[in-house]
Amino acid sequence: MAKFNLKVNGRSTTVDSWDPAQPLLYVLRNDLGLHGPKFGCGLAQCGACTVLLDGKAIRSCVTPVKSAAGHSITTVEGLGTPEKPDHVEAAFIAEQAAQCGYCTGGMIMAARAILDKDPRPTVEQVKAGLDGNLCRCGAHTRILAAVMRAAQSPQSKQGGKA
Amino acid sequence: MISRRLLLKSGGALVVGFSLSGTLVQRAMAQQGPASDLGKTNDGNEIDSFLAVHADGTVTVYTGKVDLGTGLRMAVRQMAAEELGVPVDRVSLVEGDTALTPDQGSTGGSTGLTRGGVEVRHAAATARRALVAMGAARLGLPASDLTIENGIVRTASSATGIAIGALVDGKKFSLPVDAKVPLRDPKTYTIVGKPLPRPDVPAKCTGKHIWVQDYSVPGMLHGRVIRPPAIGAKLVSVDESSISAIPGARVVRVQNFLGVVAPNEWAAIRASRELKANWSDWSGLPGSEGLDQWVRKAPLEKSDITTSRGGDPADVMNASAKKLSATYFWPNQSHASLGPSCAVADVKDGGATVWSSSQGPHGLRQYVSNVFGMPMDKVRVVYLDGAGCYGGNGNEDVAADAVILSKAVGAPVRVQWMRHDEHGWDPKGPQQMLDLRAGIAANGDIEAWETEMWLPFARPGGRPLIGVDLAGIPQDHGQGAGLLNQNGDPAYPAANLRVTTHWIKDSPIRVSNLRAPGKIANTFAVESFIDEIAHAAGVDPVQYRLSRMTDPRAVAVLRRAAEMADWQPRPSPNPTASQGTLLVGRGVAYVRYKQAENYVALTADVAVDKNTGRITVRRITCAHDCGLVINPDALRNQIEGCIIQTASRAIYEEVKFDRSRVTSVDWISYPILRFSQAPRVEVTLLDHPELPLYGAGEAATAPVAAVIANAVFDAAGIRLRTAPFTPARVKAAMDGTGKA
Repeated sequence: MAKFNLKVNGRSTTVDSWDPAQPLLYVLRNDLGLHGPKFGCGLAQCGACTVLLDGKAIRSCVTPVKSAAGHSITTVEGLGTPEKPDHVEAAFIAEQAAQCGYCTGGMIMAARAILDKDPRPTVEQVKAGLDGNLCRCGAHTRILAAVMRAAQSPQSKQGGKA
Repeated sequence: MISRRLLLKSGGALVVGFSLSGTLVQRAMAQQGPASDLGKTNDGNEIDSFLAVHADGTVTVYTGKVDLGTGLRMAVRQMAAEELGVPVDRVSLVEGDTALTPDQGSTGGSTGLTRGGVEVRHAAATARRALVAMGAARLGLPASDLTIENGIVRTASSATGIAIGALVDGKKFSLPVDAKVPLRDPKTYTIVGKPLPRPDVPAKCTGKHIWVQDYSVPGMLHGRVIRPPAIGAKLVSVDESSISAIPGARVVRVQNFLGVVAPNEWAAIRASRELKANWSDWSGLPGSEGLDQWVRKAPLEKSDITTSRGGDPADVMNASAKKLSATYFWPNQSHASLGPSCAVADVKDGGATVWSSSQGPHGLRQYVSNVFGMPMDKVRVVYLDGAGCYGGNGNEDVAADAVILSKAVGAPVRVQWMRHDEHGWDPKGPQQMLDLRAGIAANGDIEAWETEMWLPFARPGGRPLIGVDLAGIPQDHGQGAGLLNQNGDPAYPAANLRVTTHWIKDSPIRVSNLRAPGKIANTFAVESFIDEIAHAAGVDPVQYRLSRMTDPRAVAVLRRAAEMADWQPRPSPNPTASQGTLLVGRGVAYVRYKQAENYVALTADVAVDKNTGRITVRRITCAHDCGLVINPDALRNQIEGCIIQTASRAIYEEVKFDRSRVTSVDWISYPILRFSQAPRVEVTLLDHPELPLYGAGEAATAPVAAVIANAVFDAAGIRLRTAPFTPARVKAAMDGTGKA
């Protein structure tokens, strides 16, 4: 068992992994109980597993835990709560921008990465930025509306800090 | 994981005071074992099957229907709260737990509200009448003077009365549901018709919602299945030593069923990849290339006349001014759930508890009981949300896999399919072929119409599950994919008409219901062909339809959709289509879903790239009439999803298979629509509170392929008759080099 130090949602933690190549996704879900990131394909094709690594959106299903060690990781649980959602989560809730919701956690993380980089994107930029995140239910119009709504919030300009 | 302490604290009590999204607490109580008899009536005949009124005035509603991301979770509450006379936030809902809910049939065919909600409404209305009677006795007033508002039985003018919780005091009603009980007047509705937010959305947006994929029980192992490399291949040998280095990994082999379990999920995945197994060769598939030719030659079980009126259309059309014919083809498609199917099973004490996102928990319970030889009272299926399934995806198969593995290893097992399992092995929507012929008068009237459709025969019996077949366990081998031959005739007058269904004995690959079974392809064919007829008559396609409709609700949706698009009458194709490298056009399509339900009209604006053949759908307008609207925002969400998902199916999706196996096994080989290709969707709801409701989870899918194809004709003058409308297919049609 190799030990890896991770900073997850602002807290330092040490995890054991029998295989240093174990994708971060399974460590987050099964060792740390963070179910926001989802297994969709294991192939970096759908975006359901998206988390932020040092602020950048990555696919946790193909990121070995050893390469995440020492980095700061944010999952959707690290943004807000149902009672106190962050501006992106709040916009998704306001737009009811989910059906089954399986893609939503990854979608919100991808959206957060877009807005943190460019707080006032155009719809076309958001579409391009989310193009690697798949939604099977067809909630695209609402998801786009939610990201544009989040972009209008004061927090968007400040990288999510209220 | 759900707190074990919380569960134990909740003890054996049937009902705890949930928050709106807290029903998971109750569901998790199923961890206590497979015993199904929790002392609650689930026969579907008594009020107590459907609802309980608690001493504090809160109400729990029980339904066998489930929320598949559709909004049912809110809509059923609204229907119950309205009818009972309590605020909606005092109503909680238990869905799809076979030990606690009545069997109201699978949540398919858009029956979630039409059956599930309506039965709950009748139970609530019967409960209201009983509560009013109890209140009348207590208050010493005639029942006819009393009503229930805000959870209080009182007269219309009095602010005080007696709370329903105090009247019931935790006791059962022990009264049958009266299907003829008077219902509240829709004019008085204050909860039904409101766009209330869905209670699961905040947790879904913050990583707190629990899907079946997130569920775990103590001592649970992770399982993965290893399917054969060819559909009919047999397992020759397994080298268990090939995974001996993977901690805790064990092989489970039952005849041709091969799986692995491990305490760690990644270990199970690696074991499933690294296990060396030899399989026999098999190549019994026709291949998806040229499947239309296979369909034409395939042995038939029988042919039925589905609809017939007037004289023989074949004779009549010989005398018509114009005669048209065309063949339309729709490929096999996958449910392509974003999260691969998953289930947790705990087989012990001669029974099983299965946590599943199956649309039909009660049906799955019956299946597990029959096939695995467990008494019904020892089998419990508990619904948990899954990734959207849109019909019979891999949910039932993976549940059987979990049961087989749990039984073999004597511990609870969670199985999630890998992406290649889901795309490769979910039962598919069937291929469909339609030949259409029409004889039209000079003014465009249809004098004769003939549809011939080829569909997989609906062989009686349940759908066989893969793992169970591989394990050599006897089971039904039925074949069914829903009511596939509806909407095969035009929605406009055709005096001499015949629709024939040719039932092909066997489907090349296993099929099941996929959203709006059959109706998307049938409407694609019929509404495209109507467009061909309108074009042949030189008439604007909206005008053509409007002038031949008699049902005012049909006229209303078509007029509205056209108005939303600012539709200016002219025949197709578009005389000013060319804009640089693009050709632009607009189209229209209409359906009365299942010929008896929702009215839906769509228009589409598309652009076709002259050089690449790529279609971009820019905008779709939709006017939708499903009678009474329960929750307009959840309804809009469904309609938007219907439209975008079907645009994806029409333009991008086709299951590919060779002689041995499905070869479209990921999101590259089975692409779906992405954000850059998502159209703007505008929806108008035509609400009719005084009319019955129709289920609306599917209807708006039906005209989508047709409206896109009709718009492409308007733009580029080419008629797309085979889905998906890939760039290569469009380009070939534009170049006149290929069959569209």
